[in-house]
Amino acid sequence: MPSPKSEVLQGTLDLLVLKTLDSMGPMHGFGIALRIQQVSDELLQLNQGTLYPALLRIEQRGWIASKWGVSENNRKAKYYSLTYAGRKQLEQEVKSWGRMSAVINRVLRTT
Amino acid sequence: MRELCRTFLHRLAALFRHRHLEDDLDAELRSHIEMAIELNMRKGMSAEDARREALRSFGGVEQTKEIYRDQRGLPMLETALQDLRFGLRMLRRSPGFSLLAILCLTLGIGANAAVFSWVEGILFRPYPAVTHQEQLFALTGTARGEPELTSWPDILDLQRSCTLIDSFIVTKIMGTSLSIGDRAEVTTGSIVSANYFDAIGVHPILGRGFEPGEDAGRNAHPVTVISYQLWKGRFKSDPQIIGKSQRLNNVVHTIVGVAPEGFYGTFVGWAMQFWVPASMEENFEGGGYKLEDRGARWIEAYVRLKPGVTRVQAQQEISAAAKQLEADFPDTNRGRGIRLWPLWQTPFNNANTLLPTLEIMLAVVAFVLLIACANVGNLLLVRSFARRHEMTVRLAIGAGRGRLLKQLFTEGLILSAFGAAGGLLVAHWCRHALVLLFPARGGVAMHLPGEIDWRVLALSAGVCLIATLLLGLIPAMQTSKIDLAGALKSDSAGVVGGGGRAWVRSGLVVMQVSLSFVLLVGAGLLLQSLQKIRNTGPGFSTRNVLDTAVNLVPAGYDAPRAQSFQDELLQRVKTLPGVESAAFARMRPLSYGSFSSTVIAVDGYQPPPEEQPTVEYNEVGPEYFATMGIPLVSGREFTRADDEKAALVAVVNETMAAKYWRGKNPIGERVQVKSRWMQVVGVAKDSKYQSVREAPKPFFYVPLRQNFSRGAGLFIRTPLSPGTMATALAREVHALDGNLALYEVITLQEQVDRSTSPQQVAVTLVGILGGLALLLAAIGLYGVMSYAVSQSTRELGLRMALGADASNLLRLVMWRGLALAAAGVVLGATVALGLTRLLGSLLYKVSPRDPLAFGSAFVVMAIAALAACLLPAWRATRTDPARALRD
Repeated sequence: MPSPKSEVLQGTLDLLVLKTLDSMGPMHGFGIALRIQQVSDELLQLNQGTLYPALLRIEQRGWIASKWGVSENNRKAKYYSLTYAGRKQLEQEVKSWGRMSAVINRVLRTT
Repeated sequence: MRELCRTFLHRLAALFRHRHLEDDLDAELRSHIEMAIELNMRKGMSAEDARREALRSFGGVEQTKEIYRDQRGLPMLETALQDLRFGLRMLRRSPGFSLLAILCLTLGIGANAAVFSWVEGILFRPYPAVTHQEQLFALTGTARGEPELTSWPDILDLQRSCTLIDSFIVTKIMGTSLSIGDRAEVTTGSIVSANYFDAIGVHPILGRGFEPGEDAGRNAHPVTVISYQLWKGRFKSDPQIIGKSQRLNNVVHTIVGVAPEGFYGTFVGWAMQFWVPASMEENFEGGGYKLEDRGARWIEAYVRLKPGVTRVQAQQEISAAAKQLEADFPDTNRGRGIRLWPLWQTPFNNANTLLPTLEIMLAVVAFVLLIACANVGNLLLVRSFARRHEMTVRLAIGAGRGRLLKQLFTEGLILSAFGAAGGLLVAHWCRHALVLLFPARGGVAMHLPGEIDWRVLALSAGVCLIATLLLGLIPAMQTSKIDLAGALKSDSAGVVGGGGRAWVRSGLVVMQVSLSFVLLVGAGLLLQSLQKIRNTGPGFSTRNVLDTAVNLVPAGYDAPRAQSFQDELLQRVKTLPGVESAAFARMRPLSYGSFSSTVIAVDGYQPPPEEQPTVEYNEVGPEYFATMGIPLVSGREFTRADDEKAALVAVVNETMAAKYWRGKNPIGERVQVKSRWMQVVGVAKDSKYQSVREAPKPFFYVPLRQNFSRGAGLFIRTPLSPGTMATALAREVHALDGNLALYEVITLQEQVDRSTSPQQVAVTLVGILGGLALLLAAIGLYGVMSYAVSQSTRELGLRMALGADASNLLRLVMWRGLALAAAGVVLGATVALGLTRLLGSLLYKVSPRDPLAFGSAFVVMAIAALAACLLPAWRATRTDPARALRD
């Protein structure tokens, strides 16, 4: 039975994380996971655990930075924030995503 | 790209902060889960449901951590490090095994690295201070295909007509007396062309090199560049040295430069102490001014090719130029060519004498390495049996065979890396060791440095990798056969008769024995040729004759003064107590340097049209034959009466008499030398002239007085030791002239030994390594046999219980061990029959298939094999049947 929820592709996950941090400011992992699920109206199925290797990967590339902080509930949590390079990357990925989806849309319409 | 880089650095850094990052990860994930639980509880779930829901939506915590870790570090590197740590731990656990294995490999790799360093430092890149040695080639003339030296005018003409050659570099080694205060010492220097230092890219650290034009004009430029060692030692690093003067061969030279440290000139075998321009040639070389004489061939030369030009191209151009010289100057150049040689084949220095020995050494050390690897392989095999249980467990709990192999190779790599490190240390110690095998001459040690540069290091690393592969492969063959079920059954194989699994080990031992047998045969053959050479009488007495030189050329004597000096010295020497007779001669037999040679004509001898009868000769004084102990077959020897005023006479050797007078007695016949007719007054027995290995050749002698030369060897027949004689002689010489340098006084036996030193070196080296190989092979055989015995105690016990006595068991074990050795010997003999031909020029009057060499190698091998098997066999007889059967 086909599920109405879709798996998140790796590249897309990066984009989602960057975008989330861009609009919400510094956040911890749990917050990012919640946010992505909320915004996508729970349509995107996200194994929250997979978020962490992704965060590490993005951090290794220098697009985000992390720092230990204290959450709103007074809990120790690691906060991620967008770096300058990350902002640039986001702009670029948004652009290419737009181009890509336009192309795909066109292809889907014509056939 | 930048991101890849950054990622890599992050990952690399993570390797070193493992603990910290692990804690971090734990804390982060824990806080995530706790936040999720909190949220769920706020939504109204029970604590338990909230936790379950949080974990569900997170999806496997441990799994996430695994993925996270792979992302964080460098997994390939981490497993490698893990293997490495594990391997090191395994080696530490059995230190005896590890030490033995590393020692074997150190010897194997060290022998290779040492020989590589010699080949590099002596043959391939002998002049480390010289830039772009790969474009440097030796140049010689050729006459009838044989290399000979070249003449100065020829070099100048070649220089003008060859466009592919960047520069022609002229050098000529010479012994010279160097005056220090009122003393004079003999030292080595070079006569060079003015472009020398520029052309080889060596820049003096003080002063300058030679300037263009300083190599022209007879005795016009008495300037010299001195070596760094001379500056440092004799001149105490005087910073004001430039412009000071130094007497060389009694001529005052101005010091214009000091060569940099580490530059020893361009002659393999000797370190140069100074250089003078070619214009000063007459002062250092006997035989007059030669810069305008195309027939005087005295130059050792190198060429530097222009970038991108190959030797073949340059040779074509230079051959064409040589043809032109033949056409232009038929008198001196007909039938002669010019040839370029790679540095390692340079005919005029010790590269040439050492080449065959070093070639053989490369093969020998490869053998030693193989034997060492086989030994270590055997040790590893034994251990892999012992570790079969561990391997089986690891396989059973899911380790891939690939991972297991990687582990084994890592262990092999650790061993050979230690071996390589030790080997390089050995090579470092041995890099200058070659010179120890050569006697010092005139108190000056030879200069034969090995060179450990990146090429040698790379080659040694390559050897180490090959060793690793060999080592990893052997136990790997074993592990790939592990079957999980079978490993539980106890191993009852290894019957002394040989079980299925023992074949690898037996094969290795057979290989070891055969390789060391080949080396033994080689050593035997070389030893035999050395003995043949030594036993070949040189044709003169080697006992009770001392040999030295009093060179009057450097001291600036003219002929009449030199003659009276020689007369006076002879008189004084003959009155010394213990001296029976003494004589001068221009050339000393078996020394470096060449006899005069001349075209002769003989009454009644019609040479075939293409033959120009050319014969070498020596100028010798009265009593030469008596002093040297060269017997005269007929006629008389030279006396004081054969002087300038007397009729010209000559003494010929037997071969010459036979060749030119066809068995007729030549006494009273005439021979024409340089348009002068001489009467033959004596026939001397053949002797050795240039080399002990030479075939008998025509040779004759003329009286020194009638063909005077100032350069002179002095021979003294006396039972006194060279040391005693040297002191007395020095006193007499200095009484006559305090400025004369005395050469060392040696026995003629010493002279003969020196001329055979390449053979001696080959024998010593192959002997040492052959012995080493034998030892390693014996250890291997011993190891295999004692392991076999220890593995088959049950069988031995059974045999004993059934009535076998000690001698039965002894025979059983010995037979098995000796069978292995015999197989090795048969294999080795077959290989040796094919390989010993490669010894080629090192063999003298010994067939490469000489039965004596094979026989003695067999005997030595048999003794070693017996010794190696005896202890295990004896241990077998001590088996306690009751205990063996109970265990």
